[in-house]
Amino acid sequence: MLQLSDAPLIPWPSADGSRVPFEVFTRADVFAREQEAIFRGPVWSYVALEAEIPEPNDFKTSFVGDTPVIVSRAEDGSLHVLVNRCAHRGSTVQRQACGNARQHRCVYHQWAYSSRGDLVGVPYRRGIAGMGGYAADFDTRAHGLQKLRVASHKGVIFATFSPDTAPLEDYLEEPLLGAIDRLFARPVRVLGHMRQRVRGNWKLYSENTRDPYHAALLHGFHATFGLYRTNQRRKGGTDSARAHSTGVTYGDDWRQAAGSGNIEQDKFVANYALADPSLLEGRPDFNDGVTVSITSIFPCLVIQQIMNTLATRHIRPKAADEFELYWTYFGYADDDEATTATRLKQANLIGPAGLISMEDSEAIELIQRAIVRDGKENSFLEFGGLHEDLDKDRQGEATIRAYWRYYAGLMGLAPAIGTTRFSHPLPSFAGESTRT
Amino acid sequence: MSSATGQAYATICSLEYRYARLLDDDRLEEWPDLFVERGVYKVIPRENMSRQPPLPIFFCDGRAMMVDRVRSLREANVYNLHYARHVVTNIEILGVREDGVEVAACYTVYQTDLEGQTRLFSVGQYRDVVALDGDTPRFREKIAVVDTFNIPNLLAIPL
Repeated sequence: MLQLSDAPLIPWPSADGSRVPFEVFTRADVFAREQEAIFRGPVWSYVALEAEIPEPNDFKTSFVGDTPVIVSRAEDGSLHVLVNRCAHRGSTVQRQACGNARQHRCVYHQWAYSSRGDLVGVPYRRGIAGMGGYAADFDTRAHGLQKLRVASHKGVIFATFSPDTAPLEDYLEEPLLGAIDRLFARPVRVLGHMRQRVRGNWKLYSENTRDPYHAALLHGFHATFGLYRTNQRRKGGTDSARAHSTGVTYGDDWRQAAGSGNIEQDKFVANYALADPSLLEGRPDFNDGVTVSITSIFPCLVIQQIMNTLATRHIRPKAADEFELYWTYFGYADDDEATTATRLKQANLIGPAGLISMEDSEAIELIQRAIVRDGKENSFLEFGGLHEDLDKDRQGEATIRAYWRYYAGLMGLAPAIGTTRFSHPLPSFAGESTRT
Repeated sequence: MSSATGQAYATICSLEYRYARLLDDDRLEEWPDLFVERGVYKVIPRENMSRQPPLPIFFCDGRAMMVDRVRSLREANVYNLHYARHVVTNIEILGVREDGVEVAACYTVYQTDLEGQTRLFSVGQYRDVVALDGDTPRFREKIAVVDTFNIPNLLAIPL
């Protein structure tokens, strides 16, 4: 645990998470600490969907934090996540975004690795005409690609660098497992990807997806077109450590009503009707009445259903002030043509050009631009009061505060939360934190 | 090039340039009228082109959807304040089919923020079908295949 003589990397202003210093979004040393304490720490990071690599030797390149990895399926169907860096001289091994390869071969000196990451080929190993080559005791087993632990739940693949991370199901817990099970109850078919590069800190997006409060205020599409849902009701949930969050909104299909004005603001005037309402026509995928489901898995995954749009969103940190948001858009393997057509049309709603989502990255860039100085100033998270009932957090910031408490614990900025879920105590950062 | 083909080419170039100019002059309300009534506009990330059907990030099938998109941009959406500049080059007629002329072109879109800083926002290819049979030439299809599919921030104004 932290000792008094060891100042933490940054002073953490509030035990309840209601104040977050802006410097956590700007400082390179905080970003570097996150890569060690979080992305190499006792968490499971989302990397891909199994549906993206269905066949033996299929692979896809991805990231754990900012570390490039290969997500691979071996001949026997097993899943492997490998650091995409040659054990010889550190070159990127697999240069393609996805494909099928029996071996991953480094172009520099042709070291070749199996789909499991084992070193299987070294040119000139015995030398050429008495020159070059490796010593007789050179052991290929000691020079494979670095392997991460891998776990898949219902075809959603996670990886972790840490031997201390609890089993995936214990890390996720209910109701997160149930939220994943619901969307992945049937085999999925990947329809494509959307990417956006945001000049902002990755945690601003984590906040955004734990924030029901902003939806009606920032996103104006529904209100502007007089769209409202009858029977609208929201339910939220979290794991015991409150690292993750899941929330669903119940409601019938979107209906149009002139002047229904579902927020008490003048910002959006519901005077318009859609000229082409086919955008919102689709058969429900589920019988439970849920029209929106947003699940945020710490640290870097969001799984969404909004009407008939289904997607994972992979938050890929690049630097303190930049991340990529990588959307994997999917349907179900048994979708008929009409259903697929509906999903392609509703893709208008989400992603970088999404009618109901384009504002999020802009809001994040607006923050990043304004906090270049005054890192000790804080954001203010008290909307809805300082209660901790996340199920009642339908219009509040309790879920964001819970996120920050968990983050601060992992980062050694505040006492760790939920350590019982890990098979070993969290590492202490005492001694590392010599910054003054 | 026969004079008829030359005439068609000039007409198509003129339509492409007009398309760019209307968007750059923020005359979004006139954008749908550059398409036939059931015209199709799609923005497709290049990496999605290997799948059938390829996933678009922006998709209108018909002027009515375009009208909705413009209204949403005007009234509802919040996006980065900027001036857009569409540059259309390498316009080439690929073939003639019953319902129009197949055209390929390159586009480049720059964005300039309110401080006057310009960045390259998007580069890619238009794959168009232009209907020449009506009173005025219009797009039957305009598909922007985006090389810059890691979209900087967001995509609001059509490419």
